[in-house]
Amino acid sequence: MTAPKKLGQQSVKFSNPPVISAWASIVGPKEGQGPWAKDFDKILADYLYGQSSWEKAENSILQEAVHTAAAKAGFDAGDAELLLAGDLLNQIISANYAARQLNIPFLGLYGACSTMAESLLLAAMLTEAGFFERVVAATCSHHYTAERQYRNPVEQGIQSSLSSQWTATAAGAILVQPGGNGPRITCATVGKVVDMGVTDPANMGAAMAPAAGSTIKAHFEDTQRTTDYYDLVVTGDLGSIGANLASQIFIQQGLMPPPNYSDCGVLLYDGLPDIKSGASGCGCSAAMLCGPLLKKMSRGEINRLLFVATGALMSPTSTFQGESIPGIAHAIAIENV
Amino acid sequence: MNEGKSEELKAAEKKEYQNLVNQTKPKPPLLSHCLWAFAVGGLICVIAQGMLNYFQFRGMDQINAGSAVAIIMIFLGALLTGIGVYDKIGEKAGAGSIVPITGFANVIVASAMEFKREGYIFGVGAKIFSIAGPTLLFGFTASVLIGLISYWFK
Repeated sequence: MTAPKKLGQQSVKFSNPPVISAWASIVGPKEGQGPWAKDFDKILADYLYGQSSWEKAENSILQEAVHTAAAKAGFDAGDAELLLAGDLLNQIISANYAARQLNIPFLGLYGACSTMAESLLLAAMLTEAGFFERVVAATCSHHYTAERQYRNPVEQGIQSSLSSQWTATAAGAILVQPGGNGPRITCATVGKVVDMGVTDPANMGAAMAPAAGSTIKAHFEDTQRTTDYYDLVVTGDLGSIGANLASQIFIQQGLMPPPNYSDCGVLLYDGLPDIKSGASGCGCSAAMLCGPLLKKMSRGEINRLLFVATGALMSPTSTFQGESIPGIAHAIAIENV
Repeated sequence: MNEGKSEELKAAEKKEYQNLVNQTKPKPPLLSHCLWAFAVGGLICVIAQGMLNYFQFRGMDQINAGSAVAIIMIFLGALLTGIGVYDKIGEKAGAGSIVPITGFANVIVASAMEFKREGYIFGVGAKIFSIAGPTLLFGFTASVLIGLISYWFK
């Protein structure tokens, strides 16, 4: 017997779609130069944000994003009942240290750059199930903390590959409630880990594109929606190379390419010079969702959004040991209903 | 994408995808990279050669002048790293600024700067050679081997 709220193989359908009642985004200086500057709640003047290390700056922007989202809904961050958060750093220290200050019951998540979708879909499930009424889903990334963990020292003079992406400095937080005003989460698809053997850590878009393809295909099969159902289908951080590959994968899988398909990694720095394949990091899709995308939804410019955050689940250790890069993607349908 | 399929089919799919990835991967502009590397690498060598000639002109012998030049070039590489210039040169010049001795100074200073916040022992002390380490290890090993060869076969 199938669970009553399950839909097809990998998806769930919400009978009382939870509401995204507030959201907030904070971005770094580079993201503030992009085309969406006016849609973010705050743009940092520098990467340290008054802290003594980049790691501390990262967890403080996560805290601030949660505070800002809660304040928009008219209460204190401490009144939230559950915080679901994660980030890219070892032992998810940004989320853990932010939760230490926030004093909200906390479940830490790791989904690499897919964390915004992972936390949001869990928040929606826990809200719909009736366990909580004020759940915050949040994530963040910082360019320089990710660089030092995954790549090279910042001041080292090396040439980056044309397929490389720039880890965004950004945090996003979303408050999910069972009722109220705002866009609603109507269904979601939990992704499988897909590894097509890409080993180049400077081409993460290529590593994650098959996972995005797999989840999006499953979503349309499970929900029996057509690809033109959504006003916008947006992947997390495939970048221009990964998004191009994803478009080809849709066709290979016999899926009509969604007419309005885009990628947060392409959009975030759109038009900025010398950005290689685009943006990446948990904060990339989080900032796009908690900035321009939800704003457009609240203004009615987008009414049906499929948000598919993508993550590359490798570590420097697995890369040095010659392992290929597994990808994951989770899809969330956000609709004005 | 590859659930419930045989290993062979999975391998074939992976191979096909790999081909697609290779096709879509942007080709680096090799000629402009080479020209940049040649120009910047060459400029660094010209500066060093100028110093060497000057020191010899002022009466230093070749070995001492060479050592003095190496010391100054390492200092300049470290200084440019410290003030945040060398990584910008490296983004354009590639191997042109990595191969000369200034590039060696750059990787060591960049590592030291990066890990200073973890303290002087487990940060700077432990990580300063994290990039330069392999060069040092294999450089020293090669020098010992060549020394032994020259000692025995002289």
